Amino acid sequence: MNDARALPAPGFWPDILSGARQALPIVLGYLPVGFAFGVLALKAGMTPLAAALMSVFVFAGSAQLIAVGLLAVGAAPATIVLTTFVVNLRHVLMSAALAPHLRDWSRPGVAWFCAQLTDETFALHASRFARSQTSKAETLAINATAHSAWITGSILGAFCGGLIGDVKPLGLDFALSAMFLALLAGQVGTRPRQATAVAAAGFSTLFLCLGFGHWGVIAACVLAATLGCGVETWNRK
Amino acid sequence: MEQKVIALIITGMALVTYLPRMIPAMALSSRRLNPLAERWLSHVPAAILAALLAPSLLAPEGRIQASADNLFLWIAVPCFILAIRTKSFFGVVALGMGLLAAARLFI
Repeated sequence: MNDARALPAPGFWPDILSGARQALPIVLGYLPVGFAFGVLALKAGMTPLAAALMSVFVFAGSAQLIAVGLLAVGAAPATIVLTTFVVNLRHVLMSAALAPHLRDWSRPGVAWFCAQLTDETFALHASRFARSQTSKAETLAINATAHSAWITGSILGAFCGGLIGDVKPLGLDFALSAMFLALLAGQVGTRPRQATAVAAAGFSTLFLCLGFGHWGVIAACVLAATLGCGVETWNRK
Repeated sequence: MEQKVIALIITGMALVTYLPRMIPAMALSSRRLNPLAERWLSHVPAAILAALLAPSLLAPEGRIQASADNLFLWIAVPCFILAIRTKSFFGVVALGMGLLAAARLFI
């Protein structure tokens, strides 16, 4: 009885491997961007340790890159923290969207899961959860793999920035866009969802060109989800 | 800059990043939402994926760029077609990276 209880449940290790495998496109995307962050962080006056700690505790790619840009020009700490908050505000929507699928998770489990929620891990989980793939081991393995890649890339950039040349020829910078395309294709199976996606694409591009900055993404999402939900509700009547 | 200030910045950034991620999930995962709220939330993934993807393909430098030299936009077309047809996650990623690498090699 004790032995049986102590052993991982059947499927535990296959789920871990499955999660790590699914996160591979994120790894391919995160390594070069994390590397670039590490290089820029050193140029902004951070130590390699500080760059690594930022990637461990913040784990928000675009916010970290913006932060080192602000550091390089001597911006005030409050400005950097506030900008980080605005950039990451869209995670409120992501967290809320995944919440219904976390109903049978413990509160510490939810807290841990949320610490590693990024645009990319959200994209994967939204697709998996919609297909009832809710294994906790697989879910946390995806997050841990993505986070490890981000930390590894940052450390490599901070320590080896001068040694490695341009990685553009490898096409790595399309890895994340391709992943988003694949996952988006899986999300637009119904007309209301198609309306949502088209509206979100239009609004976010429009808001970007109008200079809304990072507010544009969250505004586009709220408007598009409302439109799509309206279409769906209308179709049901 | 002094490393102590950088440590404070990292701590502040960690807080303002973690709280927006954690609070909604904690608040909503323990209760049953009304059907309309759940329906609205079910549209969020498609909205976010499209909202993040479109600017990076259509306006990579902040302005609409639909000309021949916007590699990302043109490569996205066969990738999306493959994604619709096959739902092959890794196939789409491999095709996208391969096409981009090839385009840079030959153009």
